[in-house]
Amino acid sequence: MGNGTSIGRVRGLGASHHGTHHWLLQRLTAVGNLVLIPFLMISLALLPSHDYATVHAWASKPVPATALVLIMLNTITHARVGVQVMLEDYIHEEGGKVIAWLLVNIVPFAAIAFGVISVIRIALGGA
Amino acid sequence: MAQTRSNRPLSPHLQIWRWGPAMLVSILHRVTGHGLAFAGLGLLLWWVGAIAGGPESYQTFLDYVWLGTGGGLATVTALLGKLLLVGLTWAFFQHMATGIRHFVLDIGAGYELDANARWSSFTILFSVAATALFWAFVLLR
Repeated sequence: MGNGTSIGRVRGLGASHHGTHHWLLQRLTAVGNLVLIPFLMISLALLPSHDYATVHAWASKPVPATALVLIMLNTITHARVGVQVMLEDYIHEEGGKVIAWLLVNIVPFAAIAFGVISVIRIALGGA
Repeated sequence: MAQTRSNRPLSPHLQIWRWGPAMLVSILHRVTGHGLAFAGLGLLLWWVGAIAGGPESYQTFLDYVWLGTGGGLATVTALLGKLLLVGLTWAFFQHMATGIRHFVLDIGAGYELDANARWSSFTILFSVAATALFWAFVLLR
C-alpha cells in the first residue's frame, strides 16, 4: 500500500481512514459466534432440567462461565458493529446521527458490563 | 449532509426488481441479525441477570418467559416467550447460514446466478429444518 501517488496513499482506507478494520471485526466476531452460540444452545438443550439449581450449577463451572463471558464480549461486539452499519444506512439527519452515535457507543458497553458482572457473580458465589 | 427532496430521478428500488432468493436472504440476514441483537441478547442478559439474582429472580424469569405459573400477565407473556424462543432459534440458524454464505461470497465464489440462487434458497431450508430438529430434540427427548 502507498507508492507515493495520491491514490496509493488512500487506497484501502475508506471514508473513515480505518480501512477494513470494521469489516474485519464483523468477520472475526462472526467466527467466534459460530463456536460460542452452538455451544450455549447444545449445552442448554442437554441439561437434564432447567430449574435454578441445575442451571446455576452449570453456569458456575469454569468452561461454561468462560463461554458466557466470551459471549458477552464477542457477541455483543458483533451486534454493536451490525447495528452501527444499519444506523449508518438508514439515519441521514445530523440530530439522528448524534443520538445513534451515542447509543451505539454506550448501550453495548453497559450490556457487556452487566453480562460479565452477572456471570462472575454466578461463578464466584454470592446470592 | 442534509438530504433534500428533488425531482431528480431515483434509481430502481425494491418494488421494481423481481424478487429472488438472494434479495430475500440478504434482507433476512439484516432482519434476523437485529432480532437477535435486540430480543436475543436482551433475553440472554435477563437470563444471566436472573440466575445471578438468585432462585426467586430466576423463578420470575421462568414464569414470564416459559411457565406462566404466576398467572395474570405471565400467562400471556409465557405464550409470547415460547414463540420468541422458537423465533430466535430460527433467526440464529438463518443468520448463521447466510453469514456462512457471506464468507463464501467474501472469497469471491458463488456469484454465478444459478449457484447464488441455489445456495440462497438452501439457507432457508437449512434454518427451518435446523429449528424443527432443535425443538424436537428439546421437547421430545
